[in-house]
Amino acid sequence: MKELALHILDIGHNSVAAGASMLQIEMDYRNDGILQLSFEDNGKGMSSDEAQKALSPYFTGRTTRKVGLGLPLLKHTAEQCGGELSIVSERGRGTKVVATFQTRHIDLPPVGDLAGIVMMLATAKEDMRLLFTLRSDGKSYTFDTEEIKQALGGNIPLNHPVVADDIRGLFIENSNEIRNFS
Amino acid sequence: MTKIKSLADLRKKQEVFQSQIMLRERSEKAEQLVQVKVAMATCGIASGAKDVMDFMIGAFEKRNIPAVVTQTGCMGYCYAEPTIEVTLPGQEPIVYGYVDLKKADEIIEKYIKTGELVDGIIPVNYQSIDK
Repeated sequence: MKELALHILDIGHNSVAAGASMLQIEMDYRNDGILQLSFEDNGKGMSSDEAQKALSPYFTGRTTRKVGLGLPLLKHTAEQCGGELSIVSERGRGTKVVATFQTRHIDLPPVGDLAGIVMMLATAKEDMRLLFTLRSDGKSYTFDTEEIKQALGGNIPLNHPVVADDIRGLFIENSNEIRNFS
Repeated sequence: MTKIKSLADLRKKQEVFQSQIMLRERSEKAEQLVQVKVAMATCGIASGAKDVMDFMIGAFEKRNIPAVVTQTGCMGYCYAEPTIEVTLPGQEPIVYGYVDLKKADEIIEKYIKTGELVDGIIPVNYQSIDK
């Protein structure tokens, strides 16, 4: 994966597949030089055995193929950047994945189109609430699909052509205040 | 156009959004929409499916083609990613493989606009029993 944003989109999809009604993603540029990326959902979860197996490319929950690359690829990127990946899960409760990276590591992929993938995850599943929090330098911003839907009024999907650009702009404006990626 | 910077800005724009949405709904019917599904599993994402999806959404808007573009999971054609499934109104869905931005553009201009089939179709060789 050439960008962190693509990893986030990829792992986020796991929560969609797990039937989660809520997904919390946090991207924390900590003061100790570590970037911590965490995903927490309330989907169907896995046994702790399955959770460890999920880190292998030869394990997957789907039936079309015998290979599942999302988590192993993220683990690889994390480890290449002097970090690690941990996964905790419980059947019927949900899954939490935490990946760390050394922020200044030369192999850390560029962030990429964060706004774009947040929009995609926000609309991947109609009844899934997405909370995306960006933290850096003691500041934080949370993009909450619930808050945004209320502000829009009515039942407008966030990717509706009439509102999509504004929602995307909202994310970019607020996230740039926390950390400017350009 | 004033930039939206906060939830309050969104709230102020509610009426504008509502009227714009109603204008669209009058000119679009669900059965007449082109449906495009973009495979977005790990293999798809790693091969650039996100850019294809962004491109198609933008192109449909600019070229005024009523269409719905959605992301799906693995369609099984990992060797040919990015893949998209295009369903023209009233027609069988067709799956295209190796779709880069240039191919996506071609598919929109030829297949979606005129019905002319484009190279790179992945044949689906099954029919369900109840047909």
